[in-house]
Parts: sequence; structure tokens; C-alpha cells
Amino acid sequence: MLAMEFLVRGATQYGEPGVFMMFEENVAELTANVRSLGFDLEKLVAQKKLVLDHVHIERSEIEETGEYDLEGLFIRLDHAVKSIGAKRVVLDTVEALFSGLPNHAILRAELRRLFRWLKDHGLTAVITGERGEQSLTRYGLEEYVADCVIILDQRIHEQISTRRLRVLKYRGSAHGTNEYPFLIGERGLSVLPITSLRLDHEVSAKRIPTGIARLDEMLGGHGVFRGSSVLVSGSSGTGKSSVGARFAEAACRRGERVLLFAYEESSAQIVRNMGSIGIDLGLWVKKGLLQIHSSRPTLQGLEQHLLMMHDAVRSFHPSVVVVDPISNLTLDRDASAVKPTLMRLIDFLKQQQITTLFTSLTAGGGETTENSQLGVSSLMDTWLLLRNVEFNGERNRTIYVLKSRGMAHSNQVREFVLSDKGIELVDVYLGADRVLTGTARVAQEELERTAAARREEDHQRKLSQLASRQKAIEAQIAALRCEAEVESAEVAFSLSRETLHQRTAQQSTDVMAYLRGADKTGSGGKKGKR
Amino acid sequence: MSKTVAFELRLYVAGQTAKSIAACANLQRICETHLAGQYRIEIIDLIKNPKLAAGDQILAVPTLVRRLPKPITKIIGDLSDEERVLVGLDVRPI
Repeated sequence: MLAMEFLVRGATQYGEPGVFMMFEENVAELTANVRSLGFDLEKLVAQKKLVLDHVHIERSEIEETGEYDLEGLFIRLDHAVKSIGAKRVVLDTVEALFSGLPNHAILRAELRRLFRWLKDHGLTAVITGERGEQSLTRYGLEEYVADCVIILDQRIHEQISTRRLRVLKYRGSAHGTNEYPFLIGERGLSVLPITSLRLDHEVSAKRIPTGIARLDEMLGGHGVFRGSSVLVSGSSGTGKSSVGARFAEAACRRGERVLLFAYEESSAQIVRNMGSIGIDLGLWVKKGLLQIHSSRPTLQGLEQHLLMMHDAVRSFHPSVVVVDPISNLTLDRDASAVKPTLMRLIDFLKQQQITTLFTSLTAGGGETTENSQLGVSSLMDTWLLLRNVEFNGERNRTIYVLKSRGMAHSNQVREFVLSDKGIELVDVYLGADRVLTGTARVAQEELERTAAARREEDHQRKLSQLASRQKAIEAQIAALRCEAEVESAEVAFSLSRETLHQRTAQQSTDVMAYLRGADKTGSGGKKGKR
Repeated sequence: MSKTVAFELRLYVAGQTAKSIAACANLQRICETHLAGQYRIEIIDLIKNPKLAAGDQILAVPTLVRRLPKPITKIIGDLSDEERVLVGLDVRPI
């Protein structure tokens, strides 16, 4: 298959005609088989771009006597090559020669000569061979013949098969040594490199809003970076898909193209369900800005899903991709395989400057949600965690920003309310000792309000009390002052009376003394002597 | 002995190599010895006529093809082993 693609692509895209020499299928079978891939061999043959040659070997018809060589094959090949000026040759499968001809020693020598001959003629050849038990090919050809050895195999893991390709050797070139999954699809064969070799995709400093105003505020006021990847995780019913849909809708509103991969709901169902929270996705689908791809994750292997995504992204050129959810893709598959695959996806999307939003289901509620993220959280630039808080007989949604690279982001929890108007974020009640949400928050706020009102009242009363007391005191002060005035008047009066009295007394004594003719020098003391 | 030719043989060779020449010589000898008068040999040089290689599915050279009697059988090699050539042509030594 790979060989066929090599030839057909060569013939159609690079103008290099090719010869396909097959030892197993015949021309009609091959033509029919590859037609399913969209290759029209008959046309290519008619255009002299391709020669198909079926070499039939029937062991029972052949007797060996003495020395021989494969010059006949050479001549056929040579003739075919010359007839169209071929640059590419495919031999499928040389093993058939071994089963057809008993003398392996001659075959080996001849094959070696054949490869030499191909090289001398400047032909690029793809030779297919079956894989042997111990060696790479059943008859150990690869050691001496090939410049490049590619191994294809098919593995079944958890009931889902994946084809893989590995470049084992390639003389004179630096090649990726990893195994790459590949896929035979409608447009031929496609290979997925595990990762881009370097992390060197361009970054954008532009920010795009998430469609939820308060969430943008939590992310430093402007939303996420274009080309970054956002993970929204949470247990079931926390509103992940809604965030995703909102994100998609916001992008559509800006006139950007959005691709939504859904692995839980059908597209019609998504459109209906999102309508219930005021997100009209159907409109954007009709306008051609939104494409929804829905499929069951178990339909095919993870790699196949990935390839599908690649194909979809390549043909649609979206600027935003939403995958809802990635955790479903990993059903029954070991997490070790998931991470590189997702890494590939993320790298691919980042290279295209596509902003991605993944949702991920985490098992159960609980506090452990932060570490069961399939190990992909480290690949993400922004990670939002949605969590159900169960308290007081109800569950409420809360949203956190766990991380967001390259921007100041809020460390606060917000309550996340879904209504027919869309998504709203509400401040949670941050009480003295706990965070309250939902009706508990409302109740608490009510409580707060009444308490405040009462306090206010109290305060007013206290104030007036104080005022009246002050007045009373003032009145008292006035009374006392009056009293004091009275008192001081009394004092002044008695003082003056006393002075008057004394004066009158002195005067009467003086008068008495005068009258009695006492010494002028005499004093009152001498009065006793009288 | 019928007058019709019982054995129609074709020998594919590629140029005048040692093996081709040996094969021609061996074939002539064997036929003369065992099939005198009942055979016809056609020698095809693939270098001159490369298109013909596909017709009889020739890979190895030299190849002797027994076109008649049916079924077609092929014998590859320089035909140096007389016994095996006879077995291959299904000719019992007379």
C-alpha cells in the first residue's frame, strides 16, 4: 500500500513515472483494490505514467536444471522502465520469488544484482517484504540491499488496532527513529509524527476572550492567548461542555472558524442542549463558521481520531478547536499512550496557531480531581477546574483557574451559574471560615444584610441615647451653674455683711472709747483695766 | 509416430551468454536423442524481444517452455541435468 502510494504520488505529483511489478496480486485485483483509495490506475496506465506488471510464478510448473539467472526479470523490468521512462520501481513482494524458485542461493545473488542494477539506473525502488520471525524480512534481504528500511506493523491493543510505521534505517539522513502510527484513509496513507522535533512554534501575544466576561477578568482581564491550549476539567455535570460551547460561540461571533469535536453527544443534540443556556450554535453551523464532528470514541483508535482531526483541521482551517471531551478518547487505553498522542495533537494545533479548548472528565467529585488529569495538564497553557460543591443539600458549580501561563490570573473561586441567559460567574460568599455557594450563599447574604440593618438600627439608637444623655448632663450642668451662682451670691452677701458688721462693731467701740475718754494710745486690751 | 509435432518448445535466452549457449546445446542434444522428429524449437532472445518475456512469465534465464503438449511447463537453468529435463518435459526415455 505504501509502495502503491509512493508510485501513484510520484506519477501524479512529481512527474516521475513508475513501474509496479507485483508478484502476488494480478493487475485487475490491484487496480480494484487501490481504487478504494482514490487511485485510478487505469488512467495512469493510459497516460503512460505507470506500468503494472504482474509476474506470475507457479512452482508446480517449474523445473530447475542447472545454472540459471534472473535475467528475464531484469529484461522485463528494463523494458517496462524504458517504455515510460520510469524513475520509480516497486517490487511487491519479493518473497514470492523465494517460494517460487527453490534455489535460494541463486536468488540472493540475483536480487543483489537486481538492487545494484536499480541503483545503476538511477531508479528509486520500494521493495516490500514480509516480516520474518527473527529477522526483519523472512529471507534476510534487508541487511545488504536497502538504503532505507521502513517497518509497518499492526498492533491490537484493547480491541482497537493501530498501524504503525517505523523507519529502521535510512542511510545518509537524520531520520526520526520513533514509531509513528499511520492510517489508511480515503485519501491514502497518512503518517503522524509523534511530536514536532522541536518546540519552536510561533507564539502570539494576542489574547482572545473566552466568551465569559468574568472568566476573562479572572484571566487577567483579556482571556487566553491565541494559539494556546486550555483544559477545562471537572466531574460530570459541572458545565464543561457549556464552557466549551460558549468559547466556540464567542469565536464565531468574532467571525472565526470553529471546529468542535464531540465524543459524547451528536451534533443535533449539542445544538439543542446549548440552546437551553442561550447559546445558539445552530446559527453558526448554518453560516458555515462552525463545524461539529461527532463520533463515538470507540469507533476507532486514538491515532485514527487524531488523524481525523488533522484532516478536518486541514480542510476547514479553523482558528479555534474545541474537543469535548478528551478523556473519552482515552477510554480503555493506557494513559501512557494517550499523552504522546495528545501531545502530538496539541503540537499540531499550536503550529497552526489554533486556540484549543479541551474538556476532560475527572472521575468523581472529591478533592483528588487535581491529579487525575491523564497527565496532560502539564501540556496545557491554561487550566480551568470546574468543581461541584455539595453543601446544605444542593450542589453548586464553582470555577477555579488552576493555572494560566504568562498572565496574571485570579486565585479566587467563582460560582458558576448556568441559566437560560447563558453562563454567569458570581462571587462566592467568602465567610469567616468557609466558602458558600448557591442558596447557602444567598441565605448567608440575606443573613448578612439583616444583621447589618439591625446593627445600623442599634447604632442609631445608641447615638440618640447618647445625645439625650448629653443633653441631660448639660441641663444638670446648667442647674448646677445656677446653684453655684446662687451660692456665690450668698457668699458675697455674707462676706459683705460680715465686713459691714465688723466695721460697725469697730465704729461702735471707737465711739465708746471716745466717749469714755480713753487713751488715744490705748488699745482694746487696756479696756480690761477700766 | 505421428506426423504432427508433439513437442513445441520455446527456449528463452538473454543474449549469447555461456548459459544460453550451453542451454541451446543441451536442448538440441536431448531432443535429438529422445524426441527425434517430434519437436520444434523456437529460441527467443529476450534482449532482442523484451516484450515477449511477459507473455510466458519469464523470470529466470534460460527458461525452456513446453508449449505443447499441454499443460505448459517450464524448465529453468542451462538444462545440464538430462534426467531432470526429461522429467520436466514429461518424456520417458525411449
